[in-house]
Amino acid sequence: MAIQTQEMMLNMGPQHPSTHGVIRFVVLTDGEVMSEALPDVGYLHRSIEKIGEICEYHGFMPYTDRADYLSAMNANQGYAMVVEKLTGIQVPKRAEYLRVIAGEFNRIISHLLSIGALAMDVGAATPFVHALKEREKVNDLMEALCGQRLTYNYVRIGGVCYDMPPGFSERCLSWLDSFEPQMEEFDRLVNDNKIFIERCANVGIISTEDAIAYNLVGPNLRASGVDWDLRRDMPYSIYPELDFQVHVGRGEKGTLGDSFDRFIVRVREIRESMKILRQCFAKIPEGEIVGKIPKVVKPPIGECYVRTESSRGDMGYYLISDGTAHAFRLRIRTGSFTGMSIIQKISRGMMIADLVTLIASLDVVAPEIDR
Amino acid sequence: MENLVTYIHDNYLYGAPVWLVGAIVQFVIALLLLMLFVAPFAGILSFLERRIAARIQDRIGPNRVGPQGLLQFLADGIKSLLKEDLIPRDADKPLFILAPYLVFLGMFTTFVALPFASKLVVADLNVGILYVFATSSLTVVGLVMAGWGSGSKWSMLGGMRSAAQVISYEIPAGLAALTVILLAGSLSMQTIIANQGAHPWQWYIFDNPFCTISFFILLISLTAEGNRAPFDLPEAESELVSGYNTEYSGMRFVFFFFAEWANLYVLGAIMTTLFLGGWQIPESLYKASAGMASWLPQIVQLVFFQVKTMVFVFLVIQLRWTVPRVRIDQLMALCWKYLVPIAFFCVIGTAAWMIILPDGSETVRYLLTALAGLTIVYYFYRVVYQLRVTRSELDFNPLV
Repeated sequence: MAIQTQEMMLNMGPQHPSTHGVIRFVVLTDGEVMSEALPDVGYLHRSIEKIGEICEYHGFMPYTDRADYLSAMNANQGYAMVVEKLTGIQVPKRAEYLRVIAGEFNRIISHLLSIGALAMDVGAATPFVHALKEREKVNDLMEALCGQRLTYNYVRIGGVCYDMPPGFSERCLSWLDSFEPQMEEFDRLVNDNKIFIERCANVGIISTEDAIAYNLVGPNLRASGVDWDLRRDMPYSIYPELDFQVHVGRGEKGTLGDSFDRFIVRVREIRESMKILRQCFAKIPEGEIVGKIPKVVKPPIGECYVRTESSRGDMGYYLISDGTAHAFRLRIRTGSFTGMSIIQKISRGMMIADLVTLIASLDVVAPEIDR
Repeated sequence: MENLVTYIHDNYLYGAPVWLVGAIVQFVIALLLLMLFVAPFAGILSFLERRIAARIQDRIGPNRVGPQGLLQFLADGIKSLLKEDLIPRDADKPLFILAPYLVFLGMFTTFVALPFASKLVVADLNVGILYVFATSSLTVVGLVMAGWGSGSKWSMLGGMRSAAQVISYEIPAGLAALTVILLAGSLSMQTIIANQGAHPWQWYIFDNPFCTISFFILLISLTAEGNRAPFDLPEAESELVSGYNTEYSGMRFVFFFFAEWANLYVLGAIMTTLFLGGWQIPESLYKASAGMASWLPQIVQLVFFQVKTMVFVFLVIQLRWTVPRVRIDQLMALCWKYLVPIAFFCVIGTAAWMIILPDGSETVRYLLTALAGLTIVYYFYRVVYQLRVTRSELDFNPLV
């Protein structure tokens, strides 16, 4: 009798500890090696874009928080920018600075969560807790700034809703000072760890061509060697006035575009964000925090697309206005969705443990995939 | 003791030979003592592990139930007892029920041969070390059973991983232990200890460089056999949900963890016995304590043994919370490509050493001891350095 074998179909998710939210993969495996992982998205679809057509422009701002709850400030800012651009609202300088301060803090904590989760997914629980500890401190700062810890709803069309509380910049600067040695400790615990490098280097290699073809954005794109950062290449807000570097993957521990590159690009971006924050606190001018805006925003008939560099990369808002107080069509373009789409191609012939590393290194956030 | 045996013989087992009754009574008493020792020990170890993990992660850890949270394990145990005993519909019921007991049995029976002091040992088997390795690998049967019997694909993957891992790592572990067996010329745990001295340079770890290498090989292999991080692949929670124990709940689940922590102790005990001189205490201390009470030397020996064992327990716990997990192919490569050849090399090296230098070399012993001392000093320097650089908010105070 001939022995017949067949591939085992594994259902990974929607409830699985390492799929970071409700993401599902149908994994076809032969023991530890899998032949394919098919991503199944849509578990978190909340019709945010449709809600954008029903709400008034001011009223939609809290929903943008939910589009990407790990970097809500950046999502806020993108939406505010698209409405301002279409309506022609001028934003005061101080408000722009406050947006960038909040946005960069948000980028730091989003990346912290991402690198911590990657470390946890390869089996080290401790870095994750240390990352979350620092994240809590930033959450405290954000709470002082806007009263919220996760979904900030801080940015308003035409400015921001609150000015800095007294002593805020001193608190922030002292946190930045204390955070630098923590990052060095994190480096020693993770970046220089032999096992961590073995687990991440040469795993989930995304070539430069693939990264462009699959439309990866943000740190994932830069890790594959594409030197592209919207903050520098299509500058918005006050980014032209700031001095910062854009880091790209160099394949230093393995191949260009592997999981370690995606990880190390995020670690370096945290350091750049810290540099930006110090400059912002040194340069921030006095003045208004919100411009002259009408009670009911009614952009003229037309359409507009605005791209911002969120924590997960290019976050675009496409807005069509029919001249009323409601948008005719609102579309949000996010990085996680394209990140998900490449997993099927990259995962062929991987081990199950590597799939987990790949998902974590792509930093896909479930609500951002589906919106 | 005799009175008790005579009493039982006369009242309950009249007709049975007296020596048999004596043996049974001894057996039961030894078992009860072991049970009383192992059960709270695993519990307290669970407390220790959680507390150490908390400190590594800049948290406080359990500190509510009892003084300093010491009774947390009792609360957890009672909670688990009260949980619903759930058996999945697709589970292979007999296997599912039997598996945790087999795991527990494999761990528990090793305690029989562990030499706690020169006279405190349940059975000084002449194949002691062989027995310990044999019974502790009995757990793998339980793990595979749990993986298969759960009727879940994640569990099965975990069970398969544990089978591959434990069986592979038996080989370097056995080979590494062989160096010590060569030196001692005996498999008996007591003889192995008796052949070593009380001072570090008299221990087998520093006997020759090959033994020092086998020490590390055995430590790695036993960590892997006990499914501890960085080799905790069978229960890798980020990949396999929870591996072989995914479907277990309540008391059955606790049994797995009980066995894991007991195994931690067995690991330390084996390492202590083979390489660190076991219960050996300096002659002067022996005489001083024997002068006070005849049983006191046994207690001092027990304390020495426990302290040495705890060093390993701490080391393995600290390792678990510091390093990431290796991948299954890397795990196998480490075993077959590195540990097995090096272990073979060490066995041959030790044999050659014994032929060339039948009495060993004092210089080498002192040199290796000094090196180990420097390593320990460096370790503490790093700890202090770490605390200073990161300005850790929880200071070094163990009582918070």
